[in-house]
Amino acid sequence: MIHSPYIRKPASVQRVMGLVLLALMPGVAAYAYKVGAGILVNLAIATLTAIAAEALVMSLRKRPVAIAVTDLSAVVTAWLVALCFPPIVPWWLLVTAVLVAIVVAKHLFGGLGQNPFNPAMVAYCSMIVAYPALMSQWPPAGGLSFETQLGLILGGARDIDGMTGATALDALRTGLRSGTGGVDAVMQGSAFGFLGGRGWEWISLGYIAGGALLLLTRTITWHMPAAFIGALALISGLFWLVDPGRFASPLFHLASGGAMLAAFFIVTDPVSGATTPRGKLIFAAGVALIAWLIRTFGAYPEGIAFGVLLMNLCVPLIDMKTQPRVFGHRGQGNSR
Amino acid sequence: MITRLFKFHGGIKPDAHKHESAGAPIQRAPLPSRLIVPLRQSTRATARCIVEVGQQVLKGQRIGEPEGFLGTAVHAPTSGTVIDFGRYTMAHASGLETRCVVIQPDGEDRWIEHAPFDAEAAGREATLAWLRDCGLVGLGGATFPSHVKLGKGSGVDTLILNGAECEPWITCDDRLMRERADGILAGARILYRLIGARELVIGIEDNKPEAIEAMRAAAQRAGDAVRIQPVPALYPAGGEKQLIRVLTGIEIPYGKLGADYGVQCFNVGTAHAVYRAIAHGEPLVSRIVTLTGNVARPGNWEVLIGTPIDELLPLAEPRPDTNRYLMGGPMMGFALPRLDVPVVKGSNCIISASPTLLPPPPPEQPCIRCTECAKACPAELQPFELYWFSRSKNFGKAQEYHLFDCIECGCCAYVCPSHIPLVDYYRFAKSEIWARERDKAAADQARERFEFRNYRQEREKEEKAAKLAAKAAETRAKLSSEAGEPAAGAAAAPAETEDPKKALIAAALARAQAQKAESQPRNTDNLSPETQAEIAQIEARRKAQAGDTPPPADGAVATDTPAPAETEGSPRP
Repeated sequence: MIHSPYIRKPASVQRVMGLVLLALMPGVAAYAYKVGAGILVNLAIATLTAIAAEALVMSLRKRPVAIAVTDLSAVVTAWLVALCFPPIVPWWLLVTAVLVAIVVAKHLFGGLGQNPFNPAMVAYCSMIVAYPALMSQWPPAGGLSFETQLGLILGGARDIDGMTGATALDALRTGLRSGTGGVDAVMQGSAFGFLGGRGWEWISLGYIAGGALLLLTRTITWHMPAAFIGALALISGLFWLVDPGRFASPLFHLASGGAMLAAFFIVTDPVSGATTPRGKLIFAAGVALIAWLIRTFGAYPEGIAFGVLLMNLCVPLIDMKTQPRVFGHRGQGNSR
Repeated sequence: MITRLFKFHGGIKPDAHKHESAGAPIQRAPLPSRLIVPLRQSTRATARCIVEVGQQVLKGQRIGEPEGFLGTAVHAPTSGTVIDFGRYTMAHASGLETRCVVIQPDGEDRWIEHAPFDAEAAGREATLAWLRDCGLVGLGGATFPSHVKLGKGSGVDTLILNGAECEPWITCDDRLMRERADGILAGARILYRLIGARELVIGIEDNKPEAIEAMRAAAQRAGDAVRIQPVPALYPAGGEKQLIRVLTGIEIPYGKLGADYGVQCFNVGTAHAVYRAIAHGEPLVSRIVTLTGNVARPGNWEVLIGTPIDELLPLAEPRPDTNRYLMGGPMMGFALPRLDVPVVKGSNCIISASPTLLPPPPPEQPCIRCTECAKACPAELQPFELYWFSRSKNFGKAQEYHLFDCIECGCCAYVCPSHIPLVDYYRFAKSEIWARERDKAAADQARERFEFRNYRQEREKEEKAAKLAAKAAETRAKLSSEAGEPAAGAAAAPAETEDPKKALIAAALARAQAQKAESQPRNTDNLSPETQAEIAQIEARRKAQAGDTPPPADGAVATDTPAPAETEGSPRP
């Protein structure tokens, strides 16, 4: 027998995930236009792998395959993996990464809704540890033709030292450590654009547009993006004010790497993130803080993925300690 | 007057579906072929049947006597004959039975003699008793006895009439306010005086402009200082705690009543029934019921309590694809287990449901912790946490996360993108906790009983032993008084005792006592040898004085001297 309520809002997981994919479109478009259409090939490879892996694992687990595949959650994971990987990684690396995300990070922990860690970030971290060289080869914006990119993705030969370069974050870090000059001097290099990495600023703007869509449709709340951007700006701004020669500006940090992708699409992952309003603020600010620390002092040019995983660990504690007040339990009795 | 409104957290805006039936004026439903009147008409109280099968009753005649603190009287809804008194299925999701009086109407609908009640002259207590005897309970759905809710007559400043009617489809309060605004206000005045309030506010959702207008016009006619307050249409604004919050800003926590916070809330229908009971002396025998949903003629009907639903439904002409009927609204109502159940005082609406109108929910998917439910929860809970805890039967944790603050309004399940029947999980957890508490109470009681039994058995044993000892002592005393004379004389003088056996026993007892005295440590044993010697000397002297024996060196007096038995037997000071 079915009990009340007998009416339901026309909402579904599929609709939520579909909206996220739609919101990624502007960023993807900017990516394809500015960096190269190779990203579209990667997105396709990742999507197919994710759907196949999801279907396979669900049938092995004797669960309904159709619902799991059509809820689009695996596709969202696949897209996020593809978007945070270099667009010219060989296909097998991407396939492995997506398999790690779907099979290990998601289904080994119980499938949709059960994974304590963000699957895309698990994939990113395992691959950057396993294949640091491949994971650090980024093409300059517009520097590679589609054919070259396709060749790199599908082919074996990777004599690409002349073709690729470091990302803006990588270049800044290497530049500062080699002692060739301060931030200003390093940022004269070809990797840098008007804010962050050359060409990558546009992609960031695309992600912001998508994030606005998610906020307007109330798919995400303001807490996570605001706390992430605010905390990253605050910590980088503080150090930048103290010593602009050694520390990059807040705007550079926000426009570089995966900051905007993370702010609107990665830290906002509902399954592995904090759930209470205050908890969301703490969670996203924590990710930003760890990301800045790794970017500035750590061994990797980008630290958001590690920040997300470390904060994922803290989620049960954060949620427990930030439970909101319940109706009627405001301090002592009423508030007239 | 302050007209600031407050907000409650969350809430939803489902399709109101009010227009279907809101335009239909209230009509009197025709007399059914029989009336099944449950004696359980208020929460947690069943009235005592005072009629017999075959008895003729008049409309408004009392058939059930109120019993207990929460009891209210039950009346015959029309004139006719009592044809049965037995157990019939309740209008309840459980499909359980309850005691009902079945009346066959005689078609005359003849009232019992009744007269207006002079509340002013009778005083407060008598008026409350009158309301109880008129069967007045809350008509909003909870059927809480009104006379209990009216309380002590002090400490409540604000009286709120609930005309919000926030559930979709239902329009019975809307029509009542449009058509009988004067009666509602008259009832409100009575409640206002009984409760000793200083302010009267009537909260109506702003999607009922006609009702608001009608109530305002009536207030103007009566010249009442009443605030007719439109409130934003946001489910569940008609929940008592939510409406109080919106109108006054006061939040009433779980387990507390409005009266504890100086505010009390009555449904507009209840106010109207109070007016009928006082101004006309009419007990509560009918109510307005909205018939709507998948029907050809949606409408609002004045229905006698006890009317079987299946005799009511043809009035609305349900369409053929109707597959079930809901009592109440779609958010908190329930599917009727069967259709011969009667209308009760809490029945505000019957919705004909079809698979197209109220489709079955899509398959349940895993929770993705999107927190949509937390955003919608008017009790400001974290419904998904309660869901995880209930699902894993972690009931302690569920209670820690305030499971019992959940009002089961259904907002969380309404918004859930994974289509999880969240409220069912909470109902499950709540009933499991209640069952465990009952089990625990029963176990505690059994343990207490067992412990008391052990204690009682122990006590009885001791009492028995004490009694035996007392009896033995008595016998001994008797024996010694009988055998005392000869024993005092010489060692062996059985001449005067009739029973040599008794003398033997007495002698054995005396020996035993002597032995006992010897073996028992004296409180002088632990003293120094000098003191002991001194004591021995004193004792010897004392004995020498008594028996003229020369004092020996140590305390071995008794064994050496052929002293009489009683001297040995009574060495104690």
